[in-house]
Amino acid sequence: MDYSDLRRQAAYMKKSLFDQGYLDEQFYQLEDLQDDVSPNFVEEVVTLFFKDSSRLLSNIEQALEKNSPDFQKLDSLTHQLKGSTSSIGALKVKNECTLLREYCNKENLDGCFRTFQKVKREHAILRQKLEAYFQLLRQIGPAEGASRPVI
Amino acid sequence: MQMESSSASSRVESFPIGLRVLVVDDDLTWLKILEKMLRKCSYDVTTCCKARAALDLLRERKDRFDIVISDVNMPDMDGFKLLEHVGLEMDLPVIMMSVDGETSRVMKGVQHGACDYLLKPIRMKELRNIWQHVYRKRVHEVKDMEFHDINDDIHILRSGFENFDDRLFMSTSEMISLRKRKDVDTRDFSDQDLYDSATVKKARVVWSVELHQKFVNAVDQIGFDKVGPKKILDLMNVPGLTRENIASHLQKYRMYLCRLQKQNEARDFTGNKQPDHSPEDHSVSLGIQNPRSSHHNGGGHKSQNIQGLEMIDDFQESELNKPDFLPVKDKKEDLHSQKANNSPLPGPPLQKGWHESVLLRQFMQYPKHDHEPFSLLEDHSHPTQTEEPLVSIISNEKEGTEFDIKPSVVNRKDCHMKIISTYEDDSVSTQVEHVNSKVFGAAYEHNKLVGSKEQQYEQSRVHDLIPPSIYLNTKNEIDLIALPEDLNLPYLQGIGCVENVGFNGMELHQYNSCASLTELQNNSYDEIELNCEYWYDPLEYPFLDECLFA
Repeated sequence: MDYSDLRRQAAYMKKSLFDQGYLDEQFYQLEDLQDDVSPNFVEEVVTLFFKDSSRLLSNIEQALEKNSPDFQKLDSLTHQLKGSTSSIGALKVKNECTLLREYCNKENLDGCFRTFQKVKREHAILRQKLEAYFQLLRQIGPAEGASRPVI
Repeated sequence: MQMESSSASSRVESFPIGLRVLVVDDDLTWLKILEKMLRKCSYDVTTCCKARAALDLLRERKDRFDIVISDVNMPDMDGFKLLEHVGLEMDLPVIMMSVDGETSRVMKGVQHGACDYLLKPIRMKELRNIWQHVYRKRVHEVKDMEFHDINDDIHILRSGFENFDDRLFMSTSEMISLRKRKDVDTRDFSDQDLYDSATVKKARVVWSVELHQKFVNAVDQIGFDKVGPKKILDLMNVPGLTRENIASHLQKYRMYLCRLQKQNEARDFTGNKQPDHSPEDHSVSLGIQNPRSSHHNGGGHKSQNIQGLEMIDDFQESELNKPDFLPVKDKKEDLHSQKANNSPLPGPPLQKGWHESVLLRQFMQYPKHDHEPFSLLEDHSHPTQTEEPLVSIISNEKEGTEFDIKPSVVNRKDCHMKIISTYEDDSVSTQVEHVNSKVFGAAYEHNKLVGSKEQQYEQSRVHDLIPPSIYLNTKNEIDLIALPEDLNLPYLQGIGCVENVGFNGMELHQYNSCASLTELQNNSYDEIELNCEYWYDPLEYPFLDECLFA
């Protein structure tokens, strides 16, 4: 197996994630934390994030679908989600969350709905991309994945 | 605790390595990340995703953590609330975190006592430096000691001796010697020395409910306006407690009260009476005292007087000696805020909580001495005394309101009874110069008339019982100082009764051989269930004069 190829692929994937604004600096922070003690730290955190955020998303969805939505609760949930996204640097998702919060504050249900769809979409896209990324990393091996790509 | 001290010492040596951090965040992703970050800083990390669990952890072992990092938004408890608790109870530095960096939020954090406010996403380098908050706190505590006057030093040493905790003693004396070694003026500490002193493991003061209650009582006694760490320290008389412990706790307490005050201002606090309220207040209080009584008016204080007089007896003494009380936290808070709000008086009211258990059975209250068990037989005279009467506020638990009750015999000009405020600086004055035995005698006599089973003193009766003339007559009466026991009337706080210290049960009987009096007293004790507030209110004087001595 040509590891250099895989490595290049992985590096390119990550770069594009950053360039396209899916991830921000926080992701680098996670990578820096990865070490011998926790060799799969980044992946673990990302997995944890998606688990947590999926739950939050369904909660938000439920709240939105109510007859008379509780905007305060919506705001609170969105706030939580936003905090969560900041943990792994999920930039696009975070930005959509900010928008969603604004609509919540204005009690603009329609705006909330539309924005929420965007949140969901970005969330799904990021998940896909990161899953592919980690799959690739696993192929390369832990030592390779831990290092910051030299771009 | 050998293990504890050895790990403590190793921790001390390599500070900030091994700094014990408690992280509280409901976001599991962040919890994981923060834990990792802190571990990488060589800190000792404990994580908690629930605020309540964190508080339990902290309470369970007070000495277990050096610093707390908490998120602001948590489902089970507001982060600010946790912050407050930690600050008040454990006196640990707390760092707040949030994804929300709005100025108002940050300000709120600072107001609640956070030593820092971090914005998520948090960088590891920010966490690396959190040890500075622990260090700063210790350094300030050491520096604080430098400004102690010699008395404080003595006190510290004394408490160091009293305290059998060698560690504490060592710490404080070390610090004292450190201070003395150093040139205070230039404050030119070598890094190492300061480092040493800052990292000396001081026995952390645990602000338990009881301790805090003592603190609050002391504050109330001294007078919120006049309060100062040294005064509180003296009043509390807790061995091992240092002035700086109190100073920092006081600071937090003030902030806390301030906040409550604001909350209460917003609330419609109808039961909050101003000390200079109209006599109707008295009637209400009377009503409280005598739930079944239908007589409500300004003469209430008179009944109190009677009651007070009657209630002089051993029971009170024993009650007063009780150190415990039932802190009614919420009430207390309310009262505090009220006091903070509307206390035009020179002296602040005593905190209700202090009196609660004691007062449930009596109207009269002896001012609390500096933690001396209050004995009726003791000579409670103190050199410093004010001449203002204490107006007590009795608040009925059930009704949750406060009322002013004026001492019925309060007229230092006309009456020989000089009532001493308990809010003297650093002391509790309980001296009353003259007590006219006749007054008491008359009162007792009248009480007999009331009836042995009479459990409630209705105002009208009371009025009859002690016509003003009695008081007027007493002007030229026997000077009770000549009476056995250098009689010092303790200042009557509770029901507004004037009481002669020497008038314990025995004394009473001298004046009233009637057994019914004791009966009365006993009955009244059973009957009365009050929470008394003591309100210092010189403004009451003129009113009382009118009522009693018109």
